[in-house]
Amino acid sequence: MRFIEQSCSLTKGLLCIIVYATWPATNTLAQQADTIKQKALREVSVTAPRATGEVSPGQKMQAKELGRLGSHSVADAIRFFSGVQIKDYGGIGGLKTVDIRSMGTNHTGVFYDGIQLGNAQNGQVDLGKFSLDNMEEIALYNGQKSNIFQPAKDFGSAGSIYLTSLKPKFAPGEKTHLRATLKTGSFGLFNPSLLWQQKISDKIAASFSTEWTSATGRYKYAYKVYDSLQKVAYDTSAYRRNGDINAVRVEGGLNGVMNRGEWSAKIYYYNSERGLPGFIVNNVYGHVDRLWDRDFFIQSSFRKDITKRYSILLNGKYAYDYTHYVAPDTAQLPVNNHYRQYETYLSMANQYALTNWWTVSLSGDFQWTKLDADLKEFSYPTRYTTLVAAASAVNFQRFSAQASILGTFVNETVKQNAGAPYQQKFTPAVFISWQPFPAPDLRLRAFYKRIFRMPTFNDLYYTEIGNRFLQPEFATQYDAGITWNKTFTDKWFTIAGIELDGYYNEVTDKIVAVPGQNQFVWSMMNLGQVKIKGLDVKAKAGWRIRQRLDMSLKATYTFQRAQDFTNPGDLFYGDQIAYIPRNSGSLILAADFNNWEANYSFIYTGERYNGKENKRENYVQPWYTSDISLGKQFSYKHTHFHITAQVNNLANQFYEVVISYPMPGRNYRFILTVNI
Amino acid sequence: MKHFKHTCLLIAATGLIFSGCRKNETIVPPVLTPVTNPEPGAPYAGLYMLNEGNMGSNKASLDYFDYTTGIYHKNIYAQNNPSVVKELGDVGNDIQIYGNKLYAVINVSNKVEVMNVADAKRLGKIDILNCRYITFANGKAYVSSYAGPVKIEANAPIGFVAEVDTTTFQVLRKVIVGYQPEEMAIVGNKLYVANSGGYRVPNYDRTVSVIDLTTFTELKKIDVAINLHHVKADSDGDIYVTSRGNYRGIPSKLFVIDTKRDEVKKTFDIGASDIVISGDTAYVYGSEFSYNTGKWTITYNMVNVKTETLLNTNFITDGTEKLIKMPYGVTVNPATKEIFVSDAKDYVSSGTLYCFDKTGKKKWSAFTGDIPGHIVFVKANK
Repeated sequence: MRFIEQSCSLTKGLLCIIVYATWPATNTLAQQADTIKQKALREVSVTAPRATGEVSPGQKMQAKELGRLGSHSVADAIRFFSGVQIKDYGGIGGLKTVDIRSMGTNHTGVFYDGIQLGNAQNGQVDLGKFSLDNMEEIALYNGQKSNIFQPAKDFGSAGSIYLTSLKPKFAPGEKTHLRATLKTGSFGLFNPSLLWQQKISDKIAASFSTEWTSATGRYKYAYKVYDSLQKVAYDTSAYRRNGDINAVRVEGGLNGVMNRGEWSAKIYYYNSERGLPGFIVNNVYGHVDRLWDRDFFIQSSFRKDITKRYSILLNGKYAYDYTHYVAPDTAQLPVNNHYRQYETYLSMANQYALTNWWTVSLSGDFQWTKLDADLKEFSYPTRYTTLVAAASAVNFQRFSAQASILGTFVNETVKQNAGAPYQQKFTPAVFISWQPFPAPDLRLRAFYKRIFRMPTFNDLYYTEIGNRFLQPEFATQYDAGITWNKTFTDKWFTIAGIELDGYYNEVTDKIVAVPGQNQFVWSMMNLGQVKIKGLDVKAKAGWRIRQRLDMSLKATYTFQRAQDFTNPGDLFYGDQIAYIPRNSGSLILAADFNNWEANYSFIYTGERYNGKENKRENYVQPWYTSDISLGKQFSYKHTHFHITAQVNNLANQFYEVVISYPMPGRNYRFILTVNI
Repeated sequence: MKHFKHTCLLIAATGLIFSGCRKNETIVPPVLTPVTNPEPGAPYAGLYMLNEGNMGSNKASLDYFDYTTGIYHKNIYAQNNPSVVKELGDVGNDIQIYGNKLYAVINVSNKVEVMNVADAKRLGKIDILNCRYITFANGKAYVSSYAGPVKIEANAPIGFVAEVDTTTFQVLRKVIVGYQPEEMAIVGNKLYVANSGGYRVPNYDRTVSVIDLTTFTELKKIDVAINLHHVKADSDGDIYVTSRGNYRGIPSKLFVIDTKRDEVKKTFDIGASDIVISGDTAYVYGSEFSYNTGKWTITYNMVNVKTETLLNTNFITDGTEKLIKMPYGVTVNPATKEIFVSDAKDYVSSGTLYCFDKTGKKKWSAFTGDIPGHIVFVKANK
């Protein structure tokens, strides 16, 4: 038995559509070969409800590509998408959040197997916590996934990331898949994982996945500074301390099919203890803060075509997140806080096909979220969110369009102090796509979306900082793009594609922290306006040398001019906002030769500023890293092995993504996977 | 192999596009700006401004205004001390001169940086955890620190004052005071330190500790008000103590302590975020935030410390206060009586230093580092 690096496990006839809809199917050829080898594969389940054709394609990466990138977490992989910036505090256990098109991390919705991962407390999802070990696909959508048959929540973010875990797929005669992986290397990493998939009946399959991550998080960092005469002023290096992590993830799921429908159920548990290595400043080279996380959720999804025209999709989730933060530094305020977050989510989506080209949908979601914390004078907020989305789509051969409107109704209650007032907002989105010529190579598309993010519980209620008078923060997006894709059947050049997107975003009523009476006490205010002009470019190519060496190239480039237009009186009026480079890009070059595979990847982040004001003191140098990996697959008596060796940050460049948080230099990783 | 060559070329080309972008990291040079006319014979040759910099950003910085040239030198520390790893440090909290030495208390960097007054070059550093303010007497420096032993029932460390030798930079003695001690003043042989208890919200400390400098023991705790901060001595044996209030129902206030009886003798119901006493006048401003209303109240006032009466007038008389978003420090040149007010604005961008003549009319202003708040004057060499 063999695990299928699932990707284009779709029939050949669909390929052109997939290439269009699936950016970037880098290793199409290799995957095609795999697919052919695997003969007829039957999908037990698919993640999303049947797409009626995505009007706006997302950026995607599939298991095979993720595997060869050798990224440790989802965050590391997302760095290769265009239009995103990862805020990375460094190391295996360091917080990693995603900012899509400079609108701020709080505008990014993250969905795991179709249901949103909530964090009402701070509105951010740490993508460093999500392993790539059992990931089938990572997809990123600007605006929203342009599919009208989805829960109302899916209409509710300015940008969305969909993480899809591996689904069991069995070839005829197969009943069990077992896969064991061990990753080790720098940072004292020891990371074994196990995946077990079992066919229970023709209609039901079960899967179980578990992983243990243990690392000391120790790595060398260095600061080398020159004086005005270009002589070394100081050159210091040290080892990052208190960056250890010990985390266990356990996941189990059932996937079923039925007549004209499918269902799934999933249970997820994550338990971790980690040190927070903290900022490095003059005379301070270590911190002692520690964090414990325990995340649990159970979720289920059910989809069925009730009649030929009418389909329903039901989703439900219960989540409990526990966080314990301790700062035992006796020179500082000792902190020992426990946070408990509870969430219940129910959703129903309905789609009705009026004609064969015109569908309408109506989705209704209800979410209940509660936060308990042992902070002084804490409010103990509970939020009741009701979302209603109405949408319609028209699909013709060469033209498709979707329009949706989302109504959001938020009520909050508190046990003490005063609660935030009731909020009610209606926000629209429109997506269009047009194929100007009969050949499907070229497509034009555009979207408009207005959406907001609610103030988080921290924004509203955090003791001494929160401000319950806060209003939602709005983001408005305009995007126009062009996609050109071509596959060649008879040339050495097998595939080529380019995608361009120009966009203009506005963030208004931005929630920012402003100082209180001294710099240790801040408060949150709706103060801030950012205008973002951007260009995303994605290009890909695949070619085959001498019928044996398959190569593929994927490159992205992002230009962003994100300016602060809050107050003409400010010194930084019109300046590029903090941490957003004007130029950034990535490149992945992959080669397959027999059972060997090689990968080179490169990330570039241009110069930027670590403060609001674009002055010399805030200037940050560009950084760029090259990673290489080499892998080989081989078999021994029905057992398949896959070994990979990687060198990351090959040039040993010392850099910072976030000020005072040094990133690792050159590091190594070895991966052994065994499939039975 | 043609295709292979193409592939190699492609890699090389891509490498070229991106390479050469990163240069050597260099010391950030000072920015020199002429802001006023030179005064070659000025009684004070200049002033040092310590900018706090936002916590965790390592952006504490030192500026120097040279009276004799009228030039404001922004960010001089790194240039003058290129070999100091990670420059001046994180969150500058106090700056003072004693003898020929300049002392900068760098709070989060847990050190007092000792420099030459003449050129701000490092002489050494004094490591004191979570240090806050510094004052001097009899060849000794006294540094307040938040970081004493943790008292279990309070769950926050009690603070101390350290006595430091100003020639060896060694800590000689320590005395436990109240919670999160702030500024100090010395009257006679007694040191007064304001205990804030800021870590213990809402159970603030409300005392001023009185320390005997000979025995270095606490003589008394004077009950004043919650969340105390600044302490300034006047010329006739009184000290003025500010209370921050609790940003909710209890407002900021100014108190007068009689050091003969060590008791509060007078209260002024004015917002008092910082205070400076020059001659018979105390210059006070209040910048108070209220969590109840989500609004700011900024006030400027003066007190006659001889008669202990509120003058109820702003020391800025030309309307410039409207431009000041977040007053963060007030100082008076002892000779010229020029009034200096710094504006920290949003705390994360360059601040502004305003210089007013003694009648409160603006003379000049200069851009500073982030969060300007602490000024010391340099006497001219005679």
